[in-house]
Amino acid sequence: MKLRVTNGRVIDPSQNLDAIVDLFVEDHRIVALGEAPLGFEDAEVIDASGKWVLPGLVDTAVALREPGFTQKGTIASEGRAAVTGGVTTLVCPPDTKPIVDTPAVAALIQDKADEAGMANVFPIGALTQGLQGEQLSNMVALTDAGCVALSNQGRDMASTRVLSRALEYAATHDLLVVFHPDDSGLSQGGCAHEGVMSTMHGLAGIPETAETIALMRDLLLVEKSGVRAHFARLSCAKSVEMIANAKAAGLDVTCDVALHNLLLTDEVLKEFNGQYHVLPPLRSENDRLTLIEGLKTGVVNAICSDHQPHEKMAKIAPFAATEPGMANVEVLLPLALRLMDEGDLELGQLLTCLTQGPAACFGLEAGSLAVGSFADFIIFDSTMSWTWDASTRKSKGSNSAFAGEQLSGRVLQTYISGQRVYQLS
Amino acid sequence: MMRSDPRALQLNEQGQLKHFLTLDGLSKDILTEILDRAESFLSMGEQSVKKVPLLRGKTVVNLFFENSTRTRTTFELAAKRLSADVINLNIATSATSKGESLLDTLQNLQAMQSDMFVVRHQDSGAPHFIAEHCTPNVAIINAGDGRHAHPTQAMLDMLTIRRHKGQFEGLKVAIVGDILHSRVARSELHALQTLGVDEVRLVGPKTLVPDFFQDMGAVICHDLKAGLDDVDVVVMLRLQKERMAGALLPSESEFYRLYGLTEESLSWAKPDAIVMHPGPINRGVEISSEVADGDHSVILDQVTNGIAVRMAVMSMAMSGQVQEQQAAAEGEA
Repeated sequence: MKLRVTNGRVIDPSQNLDAIVDLFVEDHRIVALGEAPLGFEDAEVIDASGKWVLPGLVDTAVALREPGFTQKGTIASEGRAAVTGGVTTLVCPPDTKPIVDTPAVAALIQDKADEAGMANVFPIGALTQGLQGEQLSNMVALTDAGCVALSNQGRDMASTRVLSRALEYAATHDLLVVFHPDDSGLSQGGCAHEGVMSTMHGLAGIPETAETIALMRDLLLVEKSGVRAHFARLSCAKSVEMIANAKAAGLDVTCDVALHNLLLTDEVLKEFNGQYHVLPPLRSENDRLTLIEGLKTGVVNAICSDHQPHEKMAKIAPFAATEPGMANVEVLLPLALRLMDEGDLELGQLLTCLTQGPAACFGLEAGSLAVGSFADFIIFDSTMSWTWDASTRKSKGSNSAFAGEQLSGRVLQTYISGQRVYQLS
Repeated sequence: MMRSDPRALQLNEQGQLKHFLTLDGLSKDILTEILDRAESFLSMGEQSVKKVPLLRGKTVVNLFFENSTRTRTTFELAAKRLSADVINLNIATSATSKGESLLDTLQNLQAMQSDMFVVRHQDSGAPHFIAEHCTPNVAIINAGDGRHAHPTQAMLDMLTIRRHKGQFEGLKVAIVGDILHSRVARSELHALQTLGVDEVRLVGPKTLVPDFFQDMGAVICHDLKAGLDDVDVVVMLRLQKERMAGALLPSESEFYRLYGLTEESLSWAKPDAIVMHPGPINRGVEISSEVADGDHSVILDQVTNGIAVRMAVMSMAMSGQVQEQQAAAEGEA
């Protein structure tokens, strides 16, 4: 099978490419850019005139909810949502039911993902058995079963000693550990950023120190153990500074932030709208701007959707009683592009954080259109204006503060390994 | 999803109350109207026949997700004096603990064609949630939500201040104690600022008075003497026993030593200062018996005023609802 994507504006930060060139695909991979190789006279032609041709997006945080929570989402439904949003590769967390602490669960998720034929799915395995924070999981077996990293998903470790040993064991086998820095003694019971807004509205606060104290501890243990580390969903200005210092000191660390933390602040709390209940919480304008600054300087490596679909009832309650999380994977790119409209970010920087950046964090062969890469790409209409309403939604979760909004830019087609898995009807 | 600002949620198109959720964002005119109307009901309480027919034929449901006999009783009395039919539901011990969601409970009650819900709930913002998810014809009165607001308590305190001081301009008010967990303090802060007092001081240790209150326009004092110096009104808040377990305070005795209102500490305030407390008081924890029962104390006036204020708010919200329903009916015709 041969494909020729013609006349599109190909933008690929991994090769510093932004030009109108043709893209050639054969046997699932990209075989040429620009001039047609020999034997492409009979290739299927995709006309991308006036459109962008981008590497498929890579999302480091998409909860598929299966197995265990299929009322919120399934591998098929959330996979479809992902490719609708142009996400061709995703990393999913271990907090399913059963938890991803055995090779069988890891294999089940990947098999179901293959069967669904949607995005490439890479599970994270549990760092400890049952995420209980006490006994180490079979980290090597989980890795052999396809887990790309290990994480305790922000749940407490029994002690710092257990954490330290888990990291040393992971370092022995050169495994990647994902941290969600949170000192639960400080964050417990909180549902919003501790600040003027939460104080005024009587919502229990989560102080910045809940994140930064845990982050400092984790960084010290990373330094001591030498483990490869990825810090997930940072929300505070100070965290960006701490990661910058760690990187400058030569530590092998990367980090990501959730899209909503880049677009929203705790100002929205005045509405008492549970759709804004996310963890870590939406913080101050200074935090938001510093996170964006971190994207510009490269301290922050990736933007993720932190996609967390919920059934409708999970959000129909008073603010603190709602379940945290938003489901935004299918509008990741149009929402992320708002960061450019504000004059904050250049297109190349932004796309790096959605493709090559997250792929590099997890060592995934994805996020690039270089010759030899898997032909995971999307065709994007950067000018289309549309409303994200229930009729277009693919995720089982309808929980988003952005639902019903007018968006600018839309994914028209998504290809994985040269196969079209989504086309806007 | 376009959602209205909850502060606007409680007003109808004519700018009249149709719910009573928070004092944040309500105009001085509306607050004054509540006080004036309450004042007229006060004189009625002294008559032998204490009823007016303003809510005749209406059904008021007291929906208490948190137990509170005192507040519930004054709401019940207020509704009965307005000639409404009243039902009391203590949900703290019934439906929601059986796994029924708040929304399901509400839909059931709505189906019984109630006209007004008086809501107390442990979650901040719960009355907003209920106002948004109920049919538009039910008036929601906030009887205290989490740490967020207790607007009728604040307004009865305003009435008490006005009856003793005549006006709000020029007054200095100190609120002492557990500000962090207090919905009363937050609502009073909004009311006092809107009604135009000179200064509101919040007094207590840093664990109970976070600096963030400064951004809401209050003056923060960690020292009781500085906090009470030259004030016209002292509001003492109730200290819950669980604050000691939460490591916010060492002990009741140390709190009393530092922030308790005694005859000595009261002498730092103006000679004609009044002392208020939302009740129930802890004698010897936040206030001495001498002060609680003394000449400066207006604590029992607060209770009397509470019924009048609740009658005022309920009758205003109900007429705002009726006004809106009429406007909607005319729109359809």
